[in-house]
Amino acid sequence: MSVSSIDPAQSALSAPEPSTFGEEGEAAKEIQGRSPWQLAWARLRQDKVAIGSAVVILLITLVAIGAPLIAHLVGHGPGDTYPFIGEDSYGLPIGPNRTFLLGADDLGRDVLVRVVYGARVSLIAGVVASALAVLAGGIVGMLAGYFGTAVDTALSRFMDVILSFPLLLFAIALVSLVGPSLTVSIAVIAFFSWAVVGRIVRGQTLSLREKEFVEAARSLGASDLRIIFVDILPNLVAPLIVYATLLIPASIVFEATLSFLGLGVVPPTPTWGNMLSDSLPYYKVAWWFMLFPGGALLITTLAFNLLGDSVRDALDPRYARLFKA
Amino acid sequence: MGAFLVRRVLFGLLVLWIISVVVFVMFFVAPHDPARLLAGRQATASEILAIRHNLGLDRPILEQYGSWVWKLVHGDLGFSYRGSVPVRDLLGSRIPVTASLAFGAAVIWLVIGVGAGVLAAIKPRTIADRLVTFFALFFYSMPTFLLGLFFLFFFFFKLYTAGFHLFPGSGYVNLKDDPLGWADHLILPWFALALVTAAVYSRLTRGTMLDVLGEDYIRTARSKGISEGRVIVRHALRSALTPVVTQFGIDLGALLGGAIVTENVFGLPGLGQLAVQSISDQNLPVIIGIVIVASLFIVVANMCVDLLYAVLDPRVRLT
Repeated sequence: MSVSSIDPAQSALSAPEPSTFGEEGEAAKEIQGRSPWQLAWARLRQDKVAIGSAVVILLITLVAIGAPLIAHLVGHGPGDTYPFIGEDSYGLPIGPNRTFLLGADDLGRDVLVRVVYGARVSLIAGVVASALAVLAGGIVGMLAGYFGTAVDTALSRFMDVILSFPLLLFAIALVSLVGPSLTVSIAVIAFFSWAVVGRIVRGQTLSLREKEFVEAARSLGASDLRIIFVDILPNLVAPLIVYATLLIPASIVFEATLSFLGLGVVPPTPTWGNMLSDSLPYYKVAWWFMLFPGGALLITTLAFNLLGDSVRDALDPRYARLFKA
Repeated sequence: MGAFLVRRVLFGLLVLWIISVVVFVMFFVAPHDPARLLAGRQATASEILAIRHNLGLDRPILEQYGSWVWKLVHGDLGFSYRGSVPVRDLLGSRIPVTASLAFGAAVIWLVIGVGAGVLAAIKPRTIADRLVTFFALFFYSMPTFLLGLFFLFFFFFKLYTAGFHLFPGSGYVNLKDDPLGWADHLILPWFALALVTAAVYSRLTRGTMLDVLGEDYIRTARSKGISEGRVIVRHALRSALTPVVTQFGIDLGALLGGAIVTENVFGLPGLGQLAVQSISDQNLPVIIGIVIVASLFIVVANMCVDLLYAVLDPRVRLT
């Protein structure tokens, strides 16, 4: 599950010119200095795809936070089973109706409530695992790139080794020993994602290290730690933000995969992955059981990927060059 | 080239050694007692003691590791708890299924991914390019198992109820017994596994192709009057393919992971299905065997990819 190099042609195509160009008339009156961050923010605000996916992510987050409220309004808890009204006389799940807006599952539980609760697990796993991976990858990458020589060789080889592990299999092996849980899933996802970030950060640090401002800081007597965190780190924030947003959907997919295989969050806690796994024997008779958790999962990952690409586009104007070629 | 080869093989051996240590520590050292795990939940204390002695767990750790590796090198992976079959034979019967799935999917993902990427690159900013971008993002966001479920629902179940018995929903047929049935049983799993990764390759190929097409030597080739098709295939694609080859090496692990998931969706009796089954059975020797075999495959395949890379791009051999 590596972070890919998908780029947002749509966003770049629909918003070919950054907003600063459009506001030339205004700028002529009073010339105003803008930081790269302000420019990026302006570009992002002009990008319809970015706004749209951000709204979708916000909605999903609100739904996840408000899951108990939704469960209260519907009147069904996420683990409540309704064998008499949720299943027909053959014991098969009931389709969408007034009591079960999105239908019921194999145990007569409300699919809507479970999908809403499933969003919590996906978001927590996605955000926490990516944050850990970016943190670890950033630190190791900066250390390897800045110090070079033996430190670099050791850390780079370590990252190479991790990248050549069959990660899902090791996740399986680990889970079979320590038992599945959300914490284990997050740890496994972070452990196998940080090396990708680390490699990229290392490469960038390697070139930043040679820049004049680092030399200037060094000649002023700044310590290595100060140079790394005060001089180099701010230059890496943009790629790190891009990587964090692109790692979130990848981590969500990873978590869902672990849950689907029965290696993630333990049932009865609902996750999109374990709901889909439960729905597998019923896909011929209960399409809603598969479609709603699957759709929720797909919409979430799609929204994060679209947003991540737009963020990359906004932060890295070099990228537009590709489309103007 | 010789030095590069030696260095690359040494690194492969280093990875294999590290994997063996990690697996050994995970399964045989701390913090749990493997004898207790192996004995099952209802074992008596004397049974556990006997198992501990049989496994040699009462010997020093280094000695245990040595004899474990010695057995591994000789292909002895122990016995499965289910029916006491040698793990080696069990894996041997499953490997052809996983290999068929992974190999076919890799071919499809490279052909579709590289093909779509080239198409998008030679006509940037057209409808074709936008379509490729859209589908790439769509499939990239799609978890493999979800795509598999959708395939099952639409291309097996919906077609089947509509009267078209085109693809079977599950099962596997040996290539030797029935080549057509083999392909028929694998076509949905192949595409489910391939399309997610093909998305990455189409974007990667598009990006590098666009860069390469802007280079001076392409202009030179065009000005010599060579046909555009030849310029693209012979001159541009060759150098655009090098990052694709690197990415392919990185993705072999993901391919195997995807195969595990796909096998479980489509009921293919491969290594992945066995792995998930063994976890619910707590069948540790089988899990260890699968991890070792899969790691070996990935390390060797990665080595081959790097060697191929060195053949494609002579500069690599120097670094």
